[in-house]
Amino acid sequence: MNAHAQPDSSPLGRPLDRVDGPLKVTGQARYAGEFNEGGLLYGSVVSSTIARGRVLSIDGAAAEAVPGVQLVLTHLNRPRLAADDDSYEDMDSAEGSAIRPLFNDRVLYSGQPLALVVADNLEIARHAASLVTIEYAAEAHQTDLVAALDQAHAAPAELPEPRGDAEAALLGAALSIELEYALPIEHHNPMEPHASTVLYQDDGSLLIYDKTQGPQNSQQYVQHVFLLDKEKVRILAPFVGGAFGSGLRPQYQLPLAVMAALVLKRSVRVTLTRQQMFTFGYRPRMLQRLRLGCTANGTLQAITHDAFAQTSRFEDFTEHVVEWSGMLYHCDNVRLGYQMVPLDVFTPLDMRAPGATEGVFALECAMDELACAAAIDPLQLRLLNFADTNQNEGKPYSSKELRACYAQGAERFGWDRRSMEPRSMRDGHQLVGWGMATGVWEAMQNPASARAALAADGTLTVSSATTDIGTGTYTVMTQIAAAAMGLPVEQVEFKLGDSSLPTAPLQGGSFTVSSVGTAVQQACTALQGKLFEVAQRLPQSPFAGAVLEQVEFVDGQLRLRESPETALAIAEVLAASGPLEAQADAKPDEKRDKFATATHSAVFVEVKVDEALGSIQVSRVVSAIAAGRVVNPKMARNQILGGVVWGIGMALQEETQIDHNLGRYMNHSLAEYHIPVNADIHDIEVIFVEENDDVVNALGSKGVGEIGIVGVASAVANAIYHATGKRIRELPITLDKLL
Amino acid sequence: MSATSLREGRSDPAAHSISLVLNGQPRQLDVLPWTTVLDLLREQLDLTGSKKGCDHGQCGACTVLLDGKRVNACLTLAVMLDGRDLTTIEGLANGDQLHPLQEAFVRHDAFQCGYCTPGQICSAVGLAREGRAQSRDEISELMSGNLCRCGAYNNILDAIEEALPATRGEGGA
Repeated sequence: MNAHAQPDSSPLGRPLDRVDGPLKVTGQARYAGEFNEGGLLYGSVVSSTIARGRVLSIDGAAAEAVPGVQLVLTHLNRPRLAADDDSYEDMDSAEGSAIRPLFNDRVLYSGQPLALVVADNLEIARHAASLVTIEYAAEAHQTDLVAALDQAHAAPAELPEPRGDAEAALLGAALSIELEYALPIEHHNPMEPHASTVLYQDDGSLLIYDKTQGPQNSQQYVQHVFLLDKEKVRILAPFVGGAFGSGLRPQYQLPLAVMAALVLKRSVRVTLTRQQMFTFGYRPRMLQRLRLGCTANGTLQAITHDAFAQTSRFEDFTEHVVEWSGMLYHCDNVRLGYQMVPLDVFTPLDMRAPGATEGVFALECAMDELACAAAIDPLQLRLLNFADTNQNEGKPYSSKELRACYAQGAERFGWDRRSMEPRSMRDGHQLVGWGMATGVWEAMQNPASARAALAADGTLTVSSATTDIGTGTYTVMTQIAAAAMGLPVEQVEFKLGDSSLPTAPLQGGSFTVSSVGTAVQQACTALQGKLFEVAQRLPQSPFAGAVLEQVEFVDGQLRLRESPETALAIAEVLAASGPLEAQADAKPDEKRDKFATATHSAVFVEVKVDEALGSIQVSRVVSAIAAGRVVNPKMARNQILGGVVWGIGMALQEETQIDHNLGRYMNHSLAEYHIPVNADIHDIEVIFVEENDDVVNALGSKGVGEIGIVGVASAVANAIYHATGKRIRELPITLDKLL
Repeated sequence: MSATSLREGRSDPAAHSISLVLNGQPRQLDVLPWTTVLDLLREQLDLTGSKKGCDHGQCGACTVLLDGKRVNACLTLAVMLDGRDLTTIEGLANGDQLHPLQEAFVRHDAFQCGYCTPGQICSAVGLAREGRAQSRDEISELMSGNLCRCGAYNNILDAIEEALPATRGEGGA
């Protein structure tokens, strides 16, 4: 799996079972809305039914009259809230003014929370909430991206400067194509709805179980919005039932639950309904225009890529959509553009591989169309235009084993047996199509801290305020710590999901292993230094004349690298010293600055399309991934499988539809917002190609949460073209579009 | 919280007294007619292993075994439990000894976030008892009422395929 030299006993690279697995399969893992205590109150949210306007009145009398109702909270009786934009900012803020729940009478989007009914139990709260009546002064709204394109403005994003002269190069190109792709709104829909349980403590402080990807993000938000002292707010998130970006920003159930708890001085839980899971962030609807020009033999000469994405009227949400078109292939004439279209909707939100999922979809479909136009094999076209450097940044890659992805993926898939012509392969009444695409994602690292503590009994506890949203963070950090300290994994515990732990960035962007893993490793190294100091001072210490660099930590011992028989058990050192701990604050190494860092993939897809019915089955996927060292292949594979499933959902099923007359979603349920079910998913093979990288971080590991989805939807769309001869440039590709 | 602390249990004239076997233990409960099995479990009995993903019978996260048959706890009223046998995810393991399906789910990494997992496992236990699934495709079809947003379906299938014979051998639940 990796070529880094490791002792055989090292847990790095081993397919360990999830350390939290037994808790999850027995129902003992508790999520944010599952911490109960006597007297806990339940909040039910009343949402706006108009997309824009003002609240004239809220009549909560009927709700208040229901026995068991404790409070009907609105903008009129809420507690004091901060009144400046800065206080509502968070670690994943968009440009502008974040929404302020129950702040005033303005209605900015359909589904906006306007009241919270708090009662002794869930049923009473829900029933009473249905009795609240709201009178509005509705204003004309616009929720349709296409209808508002003329109101687009430049996105507040730093795009790469244009290079060369794309317009001239397009004119001079032997072959050029111009295409437009449309993507719908998608919602994250983690299985666990967003929930916050605020436990009101005797001293007035708040212990909050929140569904979040960053406990410290929620902590700071509550502290600032409610003008509280830092020590009055602690956020816990031991388990998160999926997030995919939906927990990157504090969602409104958190401030609503806190408001009620502060007003009533009681513990309160607010859990959103599945319908309300459609009333905050999402992947934005987007139009993309691409023009590609190439020589007769397929060498790219020009790329222009313009994206038009919806945003809210109060924030400009930007992501890296078009940048990929300036880096994935070698091309000297590139111009990129990115426009925002403000609508009467909530602000979009990062969703699994934000930006790349959309931008690479368009680029990789366009590359397939260019390959067809030039009569070149789609894989050959990619190899022909392979980029050894990132031209956006003018830097070489720290590692880029994408060629190995192409080669190994194609071989496993059997790509060389593909016929060029569309509609040329068939299996009975089903048309068979083979398509491929490239995927790319940034390999980022953020500052992070971790603490490592050895107890007297030799158990190691390592902690950082990150989360495990299904990513395997508990397990992978345990492995990294065990490897660093030379201890068996059974002797190591990793703690996360607590805002009081050492600082961690948001769990997102595929940078957790890179950021927190590095901090874990460095905390263990610092702890080794302390152990060594104690060991040196022991009577007749075998290490008296040694320096730390000569010592290795293996099998629960400190020992000299050159003479391993000179060893001392960590337990013996601890017997002399008592418990020891060390903290590390890790930062990206400066040597990264000279390089571009990215993960890559090659995705190969087989579809079967029923010729008469138009029904589409993704019968086979091979995803070959270059992501540096894989710390736990079992969990990394699962991440890629999940990404592929997401890509299939994006290609064929997922779309949140708006009734623009009402400015409101129509299919806000899991019955009508379709995600893949078990029977929709068939063979998926994951290959991790060997990729050595000593620049990206000391672990050589790049992260795999995002790369699995990138490119998949394009490979599916390209395969559907190959099967049917029909180019569908608007997702999802439902059967009606093929008939 | 124990059942005896239920507010409605003592004071509400609408409450119904029911007897059931819950995870092998006989229980007497007072429940209100509008309370679902899912809310009873999660909010009143502190059995939070059964998950609420949609509350509309659309996701399967709340799947429990009622007289050995898999049902959506969110679509079943608590009063319907009278005289019945209810098994939840908390009742599958035998002490520290995991159920073969629970073991297989861990070994095959058949989940990520874990939120759909109790429902998947209970559903698979029910599936084994139904005796219908003979092939991998049939398992896949008959497990399609249990959504997994993390997309761990292939691993879920691997786990169930492996553990189905042992699960059938023990007579279902």
